[in-house]
Amino acid sequence: MKKLLGIALALAALILLLHGIEDLPPWADPHQPASVHVSPRYIERSVEETAVPNIVTAVLADYRGYDTLFETAVIFTAGVAVLMILRRFMP
Amino acid sequence: MIREQEDIIIQTVCRIFIPFMQVYSLYVLAHGHGSPGGGFQGGCIFAASFVLMSIIYDLNEVKRRFAERFSVFLASLGVFIFAGMGWLCLFLGGNFLDYGVLSTILPVDPVMARYYGIAAIETGVQITVMAIMVSIFLNLLTGGLHEKDVEQAYVRVNNQ
Repeated sequence: MKKLLGIALALAALILLLHGIEDLPPWADPHQPASVHVSPRYIERSVEETAVPNIVTAVLADYRGYDTLFETAVIFTAGVAVLMILRRFMP
Repeated sequence: MIREQEDIIIQTVCRIFIPFMQVYSLYVLAHGHGSPGGGFQGGCIFAASFVLMSIIYDLNEVKRRFAERFSVFLASLGVFIFAGMGWLCLFLGGNFLDYGVLSTILPVDPVMARYYGIAAIETGVQITVMAIMVSIFLNLLTGGLHEKDVEQAYVRVNNQ
């Protein structure tokens, strides 16, 4: 019974997700919102705003600095979690 | 368990290779501005040099050069550098992680201040990634039992 309920829930979620796909812009469409809004700004202005020739680094560390900060925090948390779970100190 | 390699060819090649690897990781970090690279990649390369060191020597050698307390300290230091740059920008009157205001304490214009701010946080990322990778490697390899004498610790726990 529980298994059937789980399968029904998963199928319902699948139908919802497939329904949501219809509203997404076509794959690799140059006129989708993400491509006409922020990307041209990064491509045109990142060198004069940050003096960094590599746009990826400029976006990663400057425009999306919060993202990278918490990526680093995630790595730190992962290391501390491994340490807490596995480390056994000898008596 | 990894024991000391007795093959002189592997030992010699790895001994020559390790310093080049570490310098190369610093190159990847420093050239993250102009080419693919940055803190995450550089930190992984630096950690890989310690993995290589644990293959040609044994774990005690790695632990002697890179103590556990020191690795946790370095991991915290990297996050501290990153978040500290954000707070520094906040105290200087800008937004969090808005490196442009660093030009008030650095002798450069705001655009170059962003350049140096990015370099500083990449350094923090590199330190954290390097320390955490070495720490995870040591703990996964020995199951958390890398005491001073790793072999003896293993025997003692398995006999209990």
